[in-house]
Amino acid sequence: MKQSLFESRHQRQWQAFAEQLNRLEQGTAKASDVADFPHQYRRLCQHLALAQERGYSSYLVDPLQQLALRGHQQLYRHRSQLGASVLGFVLAGFPRLVREQWRFVAVASVLFFGSLLGIALLVYLFPELIYSIISPQQVAEMQDMYDPDASRLGRAAERASSEDWMMFGYYVMHNIGIAFQTFAAGLLFGLGSVFFLIFNGLIIGAVSGHLTEIGYGQTFWSFVIGHGAFELTAIALAGAAGLQLGWALISPGRLTRGESLRLAAHKSVQLLCGVMVFLLFAAFIEAYWSSTTVIAAWVKYLVGAVLWLLVAAYLVFAGRTQHAPE
Amino acid sequence: MPSTPLDTRYQIETPEGIDLPLRPAGLVPRVLAFAFDLLARGVIMGVLMVPLALLGNVGLGLGALLLFLVSWWYMVLFEVLNQGCSPGKQVMGLRVVQDDGTPVGWSASLIRNLLRFVDMLPFGYFLGAISCLQHPHFKRLGDLAAGTLVVYRERPLPRPQIPQAAALRLPFALDLNEQRAILGFAERQGELSAERVHELAAILAPSLQVSPARAAQQLNGVARGLLGPT
Repeated sequence: MKQSLFESRHQRQWQAFAEQLNRLEQGTAKASDVADFPHQYRRLCQHLALAQERGYSSYLVDPLQQLALRGHQQLYRHRSQLGASVLGFVLAGFPRLVREQWRFVAVASVLFFGSLLGIALLVYLFPELIYSIISPQQVAEMQDMYDPDASRLGRAAERASSEDWMMFGYYVMHNIGIAFQTFAAGLLFGLGSVFFLIFNGLIIGAVSGHLTEIGYGQTFWSFVIGHGAFELTAIALAGAAGLQLGWALISPGRLTRGESLRLAAHKSVQLLCGVMVFLLFAAFIEAYWSSTTVIAAWVKYLVGAVLWLLVAAYLVFAGRTQHAPE
Repeated sequence: MPSTPLDTRYQIETPEGIDLPLRPAGLVPRVLAFAFDLLARGVIMGVLMVPLALLGNVGLGLGALLLFLVSWWYMVLFEVLNQGCSPGKQVMGLRVVQDDGTPVGWSASLIRNLLRFVDMLPFGYFLGAISCLQHPHFKRLGDLAAGTLVVYRERPLPRPQIPQAAALRLPFALDLNEQRAILGFAERQGELSAERVHELAAILAPSLQVSPARAAQQLNGVARGLLGPT
């Protein structure tokens, strides 16, 4: 068949298909309009194959190719596991994922909590050690914040609700930013995640050891215990996600390094979504619960302990049964 | 070893059994697109910060949330919700797609934009630029991990007019490549100078058994014949 005849015979179909594509791309298509879209797309693919096979001119083949490409974009999509079922993910998927990756979680937790507790003990025993980790100016700021005699009880001072809101914004930005960094740096063969885990562990540990040693323990611990359950766990999990990336590069198994990295990235980004939920939760608690001073310290310790137990129970037990809500 | 022609096109085979070519974008257009996005983000922050600063503490909290959104989510939201184009990519005519040509999804976009942090190390996109320059399809580290590709968006092609000539049939058969070459010659004539047209056509004059001066006219006739009556 000559090119002109082929073109004039099918021109109208191609135009109709292009209009359908425009509507789909702008998101204005109605379900009834696009019922025959797959059929039309496959017919276009057949026309394209014919046009190429018969050596028609590239000014006919190229527009057909563009239409096919646009159709392909509309017809084929990756199912996103993230948006598929938020509730199912929170109730069962996330804890399952954490348990599935327990090796990385264990390593990250040891690095983070190990350096945190280790340096806290060291600073408690040898107080001047704090100055080799944190600058004296920052130490003074920390002391001001948690000074039990000061009228302003740390960040936990009597605050207007607007200030709570300000701190909520600040915590979200700051903490989730740290979690993202800890994760992303894992791409450097895991070394970046190891660095950020230990670094954050050292800072937090040094501050807590120092404040306990100088007798500000009450204000400090009652402030941090509540949201710490979520925040510290989340940082450790973000580190685990980063380590997973790094390990995929170090030991790809039977896959190529690129392929292994891709698979690990898709797993670990799900882990990171759970981390984000944890950190939003933590920021909320930190801004609205941890900072209240009207509540007695023992109540805060109690609630904090319950929260830690809740987090542990959630990660260990949630989603174990076959018929967990999906 | 025969050297293959330099070609950066990336072929994807669809389930329908056809090959679709994508054209990956190199470092320079991507840098320009990123610079534009950076500027746009700066402007957004600048414009919104002024009224937020007047709101006091609530404004500061909102501002921090906004900074978080703009620095970590700007690219993700645009890429997923706007057919793979952030504003900078839109301006430069680029888009992000998955390796298999399908639109970029939440998880892939999140991965490639979170790992941007590593691409920026140790300063000014150093690792990203190196990865981009050495990869056959110009992927930075984030693209490698997410399995994504930055390609040029396809632009509609204007159809050229084929010069008038009486349709001809050659006494011998042409293979497909020869047919396409002759059609291409006729269609692209408008973009070439008269001398170049003459020079190209003269190459074929002996095979067509005409004088070099008439070769171009002869070829246009053959192209008309191949196209068929319009």
